Amino acid sequence: MAVGLTLIFGVMRVVNFAHGDMMVWGMYLAWILATRAGIDPYVGFVACAAALFVMGWVTQRLLVDRIIDAPHEMQILLMLGVALVLENVALVAFGPDPQRVRSPLRAATVWLGPVFLDVARLVTFALAMALTLALYLFLTRTDLGRTMRAAADNAYGALVIGTDVRRVYAAAFGIGAACVGAAGALVSPILPFQPAGGLSLSVASFNIVIIGGMGSLPGAFLGGLLVSVAESLGAVFLSPSMKELVSFSLLIVILLFRPAGLFGKAAA
Amino acid sequence: MRWLAAAALVVLLLLPAVLNSYAVTVFIFIFFYAFLGQAWNIVGGYAGQLSAGHAAFVGIGAYASALLSMQAGLTPWIGMLVGGVLSAGLGTVVGYLGFRFGLRGFYFVLLTVAFAEVCRIVALNTDAVGGALGYYITFTGNPWQFQFQDNRVYYYVALGLMLLATGIVAAIERRRFGAYLIAIREDESACEALGVNTFRYKMLAMVVSSFLTGVGGTFYAFYLFSLQPGAVFGIPLSVEIIIRPIVGGAGTVMGPILGSFILSPLAEASRIYFGQGGWAGAHLIAYGLLLIAVVLFLPQGAYPALRRLWVRMAPR
Amino acid sequence: MTAQAPLLQVANLSKRFGGLVAVRDLSLEMARGEVLGLIGPNGAGKTTAFNLLSGFLTPDQGEIRFDGHLLAGLKPHAICGLGLVRTFQIVRPFPHLSVLDNVRVGTLARRSQMGEAREKARAVIDRVGLGPKTDQAAAGLTLAERKRLELARALATEPTLLLLDEVMAGLNATETAAIVSLIQRINEDGVSILLIEHNMRAVMTLSHRIAVLNFGEKIVEGPPATVANHPRVIEAYLGEEYVHAPAR
Repeated sequence: MAVGLTLIFGVMRVVNFAHGDMMVWGMYLAWILATRAGIDPYVGFVACAAALFVMGWVTQRLLVDRIIDAPHEMQILLMLGVALVLENVALVAFGPDPQRVRSPLRAATVWLGPVFLDVARLVTFALAMALTLALYLFLTRTDLGRTMRAAADNAYGALVIGTDVRRVYAAAFGIGAACVGAAGALVSPILPFQPAGGLSLSVASFNIVIIGGMGSLPGAFLGGLLVSVAESLGAVFLSPSMKELVSFSLLIVILLFRPAGLFGKAAA
Repeated sequence: MRWLAAAALVVLLLLPAVLNSYAVTVFIFIFFYAFLGQAWNIVGGYAGQLSAGHAAFVGIGAYASALLSMQAGLTPWIGMLVGGVLSAGLGTVVGYLGFRFGLRGFYFVLLTVAFAEVCRIVALNTDAVGGALGYYITFTGNPWQFQFQDNRVYYYVALGLMLLATGIVAAIERRRFGAYLIAIREDESACEALGVNTFRYKMLAMVVSSFLTGVGGTFYAFYLFSLQPGAVFGIPLSVEIIIRPIVGGAGTVMGPILGSFILSPLAEASRIYFGQGGWAGAHLIAYGLLLIAVVLFLPQGAYPALRRLWVRMAPR
Repeated sequence: MTAQAPLLQVANLSKRFGGLVAVRDLSLEMARGEVLGLIGPNGAGKTTAFNLLSGFLTPDQGEIRFDGHLLAGLKPHAICGLGLVRTFQIVRPFPHLSVLDNVRVGTLARRSQMGEAREKARAVIDRVGLGPKTDQAAAGLTLAERKRLELARALATEPTLLLLDEVMAGLNATETAAIVSLIQRINEDGVSILLIEHNMRAVMTLSHRIAVLNFGEKIVEGPPATVANHPRVIEAYLGEEYVHAPAR
C-alpha cells in the first residue's frame, strides 16, 4: 500500500491524495468478485490489481499529466477532487455500511509454536511480501523499471535520452494504483471497509511513507512495519478508538522533525 | 462594478420579504459558507498556505461557545469571541509549527489535516462534550443566547458575517499586509530577500483566519443546535470551506462569495434530486468533479475568468 | 575613497556542506561607494558567499560586519532592513504580478503607505528604464527586462549595499552595455555594489577592485588591471598550462 504511494511520489513528485480511496475501490472490487463470481480474494487480487492499474493509468494520462508542472497546490487539489469523486461514487454504488469479504481462509487458524496464527493474515502477509519483492525486482532488473528509476532521479535527463516520460509516468501511476488494488483485495477479508474509510487509509499511507521517506521503496517497506507495530502497541495500551490518535500524533511529530523520513528524498 | 455590488446588496437585504423559509435557509447557508470561505481565503487564498483542516477552528469555536452558554450561561455574543480566541490559539500553534519548521505545500496540508483529525478524535472520546453522541443545545429562541425564532434573523446575521469577512479581506488586500501575502504566495524566498518577514505575515494571516473561522463556529452551533465531532471537525466540512474560494477564485475578494453562490445551490439541487435512496453523497461527487475541472481549466477560479470576460465585453 | 570605517567587513568566513567546503576562510572589506567585483570559475563559492552575506545561509565560522552591525544569525529580511540587499542568479520575479506590483513589494520595505510606495515604485521603474512595461505581468517580460525588474525591486528597498548575482548572464552585447551603464549610474547615486560576474569586460569596466575566488578561497584581490594579468587568476580559469602561454 505504502509502496505504491511512494512509487508515485518518487517518480513524479505528485502526492496521490486519492490513494486511500483507490484502495477502497480495490476492496470493493474484491468484494464484487467474491460475491458475484465466487472468486476468493486471495486469488482475485490479481484482477483487482489489474483493474486498478488501469484506473491509475487513466487517471495519470487524463488528469495528472496536464498539471505535472503546475504548482503543488494544484496537484493536491486535483487529487483531492479525484478522492471526492471516488469516495462518493463508491458511496452511491455500494452504500455507506461497512462490508467484509468472506473467504474460507478466514476461519482457519494454525498453531505456530506457542502462537495462534490467523491463516488469513499469514497469507496476506506472505503475498504482500512477495509482491513487494516482485516490485523491487521489477524496478531493478527490468528495463521499464530502470527507466522509471531514472525518470525519478532526473526527469529532464530521462527526456534527453529519449524516454517517453509520459508513458513512464502513466506506468508508474498505474503500478502504484495496482499495488494499492492488490493491497485492498488482500486485506478485504480481514478489515471491514466502507467508502468513508478512504481518508484514514490515505493518512495511514502518508504516515508510513513520510516516516520511511518519500520516494524510497525500502523506506516504505520499513515504514510500514514500523507503523503497524506502533499502531498495534497503541491499540493494546490505549483504547482502540484512540489508535487513530496515535497515528495522527505520530504524523505530526514526523512532519515537524523528519519530513524527509528515514531514507527519503526531499519534496521537489 | 461598484453599482453592481451595491445593487446586489440591496437585493439581498430585501430578499427575505419575498422568499419562503426554505429559500431563506438556502441563502443562510450560502452566506455562512461564504463567510467561512472568506476567512480561509486570507491564509489559503492570499497567503497561499493551503489548510485542509479549517474545520478544526469551526469545531473549537462551536464547542466553546456552546459549552459556555449551556454550562456557564455565558451569552454566545461574548462566547463567540472566546471561541474565536481559542481557535486563534490553535491557529497560532498550527501556524507556528508549520511555518517555523518550514513545512510547505503537501506537508503543511497534512499537518492541518492531522490537527483537525486529532481534535475530532479527542471530541469523539470526551464524554464531557458529549462524545460520539454529540452535544446538544436546548432551544430557547432567546436572542441573548444567539437564538432566534425567526429564520430571517439568522439570514441577516449570516449576511452580516459574510459582509464582515469580505470587508476585512478587502481591507487587507488594500494594505501592505495584503500585498505582502500575495507576494509570499508568489515566491517566499524572493520576499525574504526584499525585507518581508514572511514568518510574521503568514502567522498573522493564520491567526486572523482562524479567529474568524472560530467566530463562525458559534453561528454553526446556534443555528444547527447539535454538534457532532465528525460533522464539525471532519474533513467534509473542511472541504466545504475550501471549495468555495477555490472554485470562485482564491486570493480574490469576490471569489468565496461567487463560489458559494455557485456551490450551495448546486449542493441543494443534488440533495433534492438524488437525496432519496442511495444517492446521498452525490453532491460530493459534483464537488470532486468541479474541483478537478477548476484545477485543469480555470486554476485561478471563476471570478478572475469572469472578470476577464467582463473586461473583454466592455465597450471601448 | 574617504577614510571612513569600511561598509562591509568579512572575516574568516567558512561554510561547508557535508564533505565539501564551499567557502574557506574568506576575508574581505568594502568601502562605502565602492564597486567590488567577485569573480572565479564556476563552483568557486561566489553565490554561497552571497547567501552567507544576505542571511540565506548561516556560516560555520567567521564574522560579517555590515555598516557597524554584526550579521550573525540574522534572517534575510532583517539584513535587508539594515540596507544589504541581494538579487538572485536565476531571476525570481513574482510572475502573476505586474512590474509595478513587483517593485512595490520592494518599496514597501521602507514606505508602509501604499500610495507613497506606489509612487516610489514608479520612480524606480523609470530609473531602470522599464517605464513602458509598468503594468505588464512579470511573466511576460523578456530575460533582459526581468533582470532589470530584479534590479529595480532590490533598488526599491533603498539599499546601502547591493549584491548583484550574475546580473548579465544571458544578455546580449547591447543589453549588457545598457545594464552596465545603469549599474554605474546606481553606484554614482551612492549605492555600493558587490557583484558576481562572468562577463569579464563588464567586471573590468564597473569594478574599483576585484576579488577572485577559487575553490572557496580568495586567491587574489586588487584593482582590475592587477587581477587581469595575475598568473594565479589565469591558472584558476584556464589551467596551469596557460599561465605561461606566449602572447599572440
